[in-house]
Amino acid sequence: MTTKAFGARVARVEDERFLRGRGRYLDDLAADALHVALHRSPHAHARITDIDVEAVLDVDGVVAVYTYEDLTGAMADPLPLLIPHPDLTHGRTQYALAKDQVNYVGEAIAMVVAVDRYVAEDAAARIVVSYEFLPPVVGLDAARAADHLVHDDVPGNLAATSTQATGDAMAAISRAPHRLALDLDIERSACTPLEGRGTVAKWDTDNGRLEVWSSTQTSTGVRAAVAAKLGLDLSVVDVITPDVGGGFGVKVVHPWPEEVLVPMAAMALGRPVKFTEDRREHFISAAHERAQQQHVEVGFDDDGRILGLDVEIWHDNGAYIPYGLIVPIITTTQLLGPYKPPVYKATFHSLYTNTVIVTPYRGAGRPQGVYAMERTMDAIAAALGKDRAEVRAANFIQPDEFPYDQGLIFQDGKPLIYDSGDFPQMLDKVKALVGWDEFAAFRDEMRAEGRRVGIGLACYVEGTGVGPYEGGHIQVETTGKVKVSTGLTTQGQGHQTVFAQIVADELGVRFEDVEVVTGDTRRMPYAVGTYASRAAVMSGSAIALTARSVRRKALELAAEALEANVDDLEIRDGVVEVRGAPGAQISLGTLAVLSNPLRYAFDEASKAATQFSVGDPDKVPVPEGTSPGLESRDFYSPPRSTFASGMHAVIVETDPDTAEIRILKYAVVHDCGRLINPMIVEGQIHGGVAQGVGGALYERMVYDEHGQLLNASFMDFLMPYVTEVPETIDVDHLETPSPLNPLGIKGAGEAGVIPSAAVFASAIEDAEGIVITRMPISPSELYDLRRTHAGSDEAAVAAVEGDS
Amino acid sequence: MKPAPFSYVRPATIDEALATLAADPHAKVLAGGQSLVPLLSMRLAQPSTLVDINGLSELAFVRTDESGVRIGALARHRQVEDDGDAWRAQPLLRQALRLVAHPTIRNRGTTLGSVVHADPAAEMPAVAVLLGARVVAASVDGRREIDAADLFVGPLESALRSDELALEMVVPANPPRTGTAIDEIARRHGDFALCGVAAVVSVGENGAIETVRASYLAVAPTPHVLDLSEAFVDGTASDRNLDAAAEIASGALDPDADIHGTADYRRHLSGVLTRRVVRDAYTRATAPDAQGAR
Repeated sequence: MTTKAFGARVARVEDERFLRGRGRYLDDLAADALHVALHRSPHAHARITDIDVEAVLDVDGVVAVYTYEDLTGAMADPLPLLIPHPDLTHGRTQYALAKDQVNYVGEAIAMVVAVDRYVAEDAAARIVVSYEFLPPVVGLDAARAADHLVHDDVPGNLAATSTQATGDAMAAISRAPHRLALDLDIERSACTPLEGRGTVAKWDTDNGRLEVWSSTQTSTGVRAAVAAKLGLDLSVVDVITPDVGGGFGVKVVHPWPEEVLVPMAAMALGRPVKFTEDRREHFISAAHERAQQQHVEVGFDDDGRILGLDVEIWHDNGAYIPYGLIVPIITTTQLLGPYKPPVYKATFHSLYTNTVIVTPYRGAGRPQGVYAMERTMDAIAAALGKDRAEVRAANFIQPDEFPYDQGLIFQDGKPLIYDSGDFPQMLDKVKALVGWDEFAAFRDEMRAEGRRVGIGLACYVEGTGVGPYEGGHIQVETTGKVKVSTGLTTQGQGHQTVFAQIVADELGVRFEDVEVVTGDTRRMPYAVGTYASRAAVMSGSAIALTARSVRRKALELAAEALEANVDDLEIRDGVVEVRGAPGAQISLGTLAVLSNPLRYAFDEASKAATQFSVGDPDKVPVPEGTSPGLESRDFYSPPRSTFASGMHAVIVETDPDTAEIRILKYAVVHDCGRLINPMIVEGQIHGGVAQGVGGALYERMVYDEHGQLLNASFMDFLMPYVTEVPETIDVDHLETPSPLNPLGIKGAGEAGVIPSAAVFASAIEDAEGIVITRMPISPSELYDLRRTHAGSDEAAVAAVEGDS
Repeated sequence: MKPAPFSYVRPATIDEALATLAADPHAKVLAGGQSLVPLLSMRLAQPSTLVDINGLSELAFVRTDESGVRIGALARHRQVEDDGDAWRAQPLLRQALRLVAHPTIRNRGTTLGSVVHADPAAEMPAVAVLLGARVVAASVDGRREIDAADLFVGPLESALRSDELALEMVVPANPPRTGTAIDEIARRHGDFALCGVAAVVSVGENGAIETVRASYLAVAPTPHVLDLSEAFVDGTASDRNLDAAAEIASGALDPDADIHGTADYRRHLSGVLTRRVVRDAYTRATAPDAQGAR
């Protein structure tokens, strides 16, 4: 190998088309398609007594209208419960079109197909639905009180209660010299990718094939779901993922109602049909995350070392639970972070509410778990009057304790065993990066100017690269170009770049000669999807293994062609050379020609592979156990997840007058094992931090008591602008390789967002001297907290005076 | 998020525009479109006709003379913000426009359009009332001038009739020994404010404060102007006087809560901002800008 692509800051090949506006997104496809618009429930909880579509049929340009009555076969069944779990005793999912009840504002009731979206919307608005209203259950307090039920047959609104424990936590806590209890809240937010959901379907009547394009994080998942729902053989369904304008989790849910309704309509009408979600629809009919109430009990010693930890969590899963218990399982398992409480017990209750469903959003339950754990660490430090970093360090798993078994079952059904990490070194790095030890002096300096500052710290461990598997296919073309395909999808992360880096090094070809395709079931029908920070670990590893197979094959062919020993060969820039024999070489393109014995020549190069030109006339052209073509398809399946880790620290300034919160410094130390492309990892961290700032300080889902979402637009849902995100984010890396995969890598996609609520709560608490138990926090809320706090101080003083 | 059906008219003359408005009481004027188009897309506004005045280039003017600044209906925020003469004559225009949304929106949005849109959280209506601006409105029946003080009837509701087109706004020049300032608190940079305050402070030849007036946005259904002069009877911008002015403001305003802030918080901000802008306006009144703004 002459160049080393792995580990280099290679510029993203994707950026050429993205930055020039040449990305090809779902809505750019099928200009000739019919468009759909959905009639959605304006009520959070109601029985449907009648649906009148008469008025729609008069609208010029309307082609078809569908309600539940029109669904047949598997389409008339509820949508799948994607991830069953033994504790999910009361799993409920919605119908593609509401059958007789609606359970959230935005639930699809009818679908109009028309010549364009304008007409479809005009028509959808004319559908008249009659309702019998039911009392809506909004928020966790209402869900827990269970005065009203979301689903009649789900007592207590409880989808599931699930407990994991490593021992009798309460007993350990009661024996501890110090004890604390915390009640914490964290609110809803959402992925809000720039591109919403969308699906295009074409039914090829001549060949009986269905082609579906979807803005999804799992084309194979959509393919399986569409085939099952429409009663088609998998082999006649193709699902292709075009450029996707962000996913962040919401697009891993499948099938969305529209993802099966659109193909259904395309088949029925024999014409291409398109659904492009609009922004309001995304807010009210896609998915949210994060809302939990948490109760923590902890016992600890004089050093702040935790002796027992007991956590109970109430998780708002929205109206339905298609993605199962993944989010609260991740919360309760990943809550432990880099720490090793000797006894731990966690129980979660997953509760229905009459609001949009909750499914994984970047971080997927971890931000909540880290929030609970890190608030606890800060509380312990405050109770003991100790440095917050010191208390954390006292609880760290040490570098010589890996692999470390936390004694729990993780979200992938496998044991929660950390593979590698170095938390003490990471803490040293983040303290240095943020200036932890110099902060007291800085605070004094600011105080002298009448300014108020605080510093926060939060640590996390993230299980990444969950199985079951991913695959890679690599084919060397006769031109020497290397075509790589993997089945998982891409949403802008830079997969085309990093996978090409891996192939360039493993195969010995130029980075520019590698072309990567993702998320196309025609190219790679076996795949799982892009979620849980798994693409680099899973597909990266699979592609590396595939490249090694192709390399072996190329060297064997070359050894024969060059009459040399395989061990004496090396591949450099796509050319196989015999070490120490200048001139003895053959290109991979030529080997690709030779690998495919031909009868017919189609150009100059291919003549070399025809029957009178090639090989030993006594040999079988394609010997048993080999196949034509310089290509391979291999799979990677890990024993369990690999665990990345990180620590964030932030310095904030809070305005004494206006309670505005300003970020002065944001520092990140991150360990995702070996870095394929540091620039891309840093980009992922920057994006994650930006989303985390949103989740901690700006974004929330404001539901009123009727279940109406009051801020379903980017005017009132405050996604941070570039002006709200810190201008610089200081990043330092640590590389402890994973022993679980061929490249030693761990996932990096979600990391940046995970500790945000925790780190901002920590810093604001430090600046204000007021305990923070609810996140996100706005200036208005901080102002209220100050007044309540001042009031309680006055009350306390009054009480003391009254005593005397 | 597609507008309901509407007719589209792009008049070549003002008379043609007025005739169209007269013919259809549900017509709506499209100038910069920065407020109207989102309302159309969300179907919150469903006018039967859009009268696109972007062809009336004679309305794309900013003219300044001794008496003040005249801003035509097609003058973009950016054009007004960048106009040096307008700034020297009435610096509050530029000061306020810098707080209006983002540069990309200011490139298209029109200042007069923002005024007649009458959003109580917008900066320019509050500025227009504070400065005693007048809006020239035309219909097929003729022209009339509307004092900004009479223009704002309620949230998103102005005194402009459906058959009228606002042609221009006349903003008086800043008098001598007078300073202006504006500040606001918004959740994000460029968002509508939770509370905003603009102030005009005039001092006598001896430098003593004579009058202090302030205009409040986002804390009342229409721009709310308060005369704070009584807090400054000794002529100084002392902390005590500023506190008194803040107290007058907090006491006079009765803001609503919304999802971004409580009523108490907004009232508190009105006091904090009153202090800030009165102090800044006073500083400018006593030490005029070196580059010539009054």
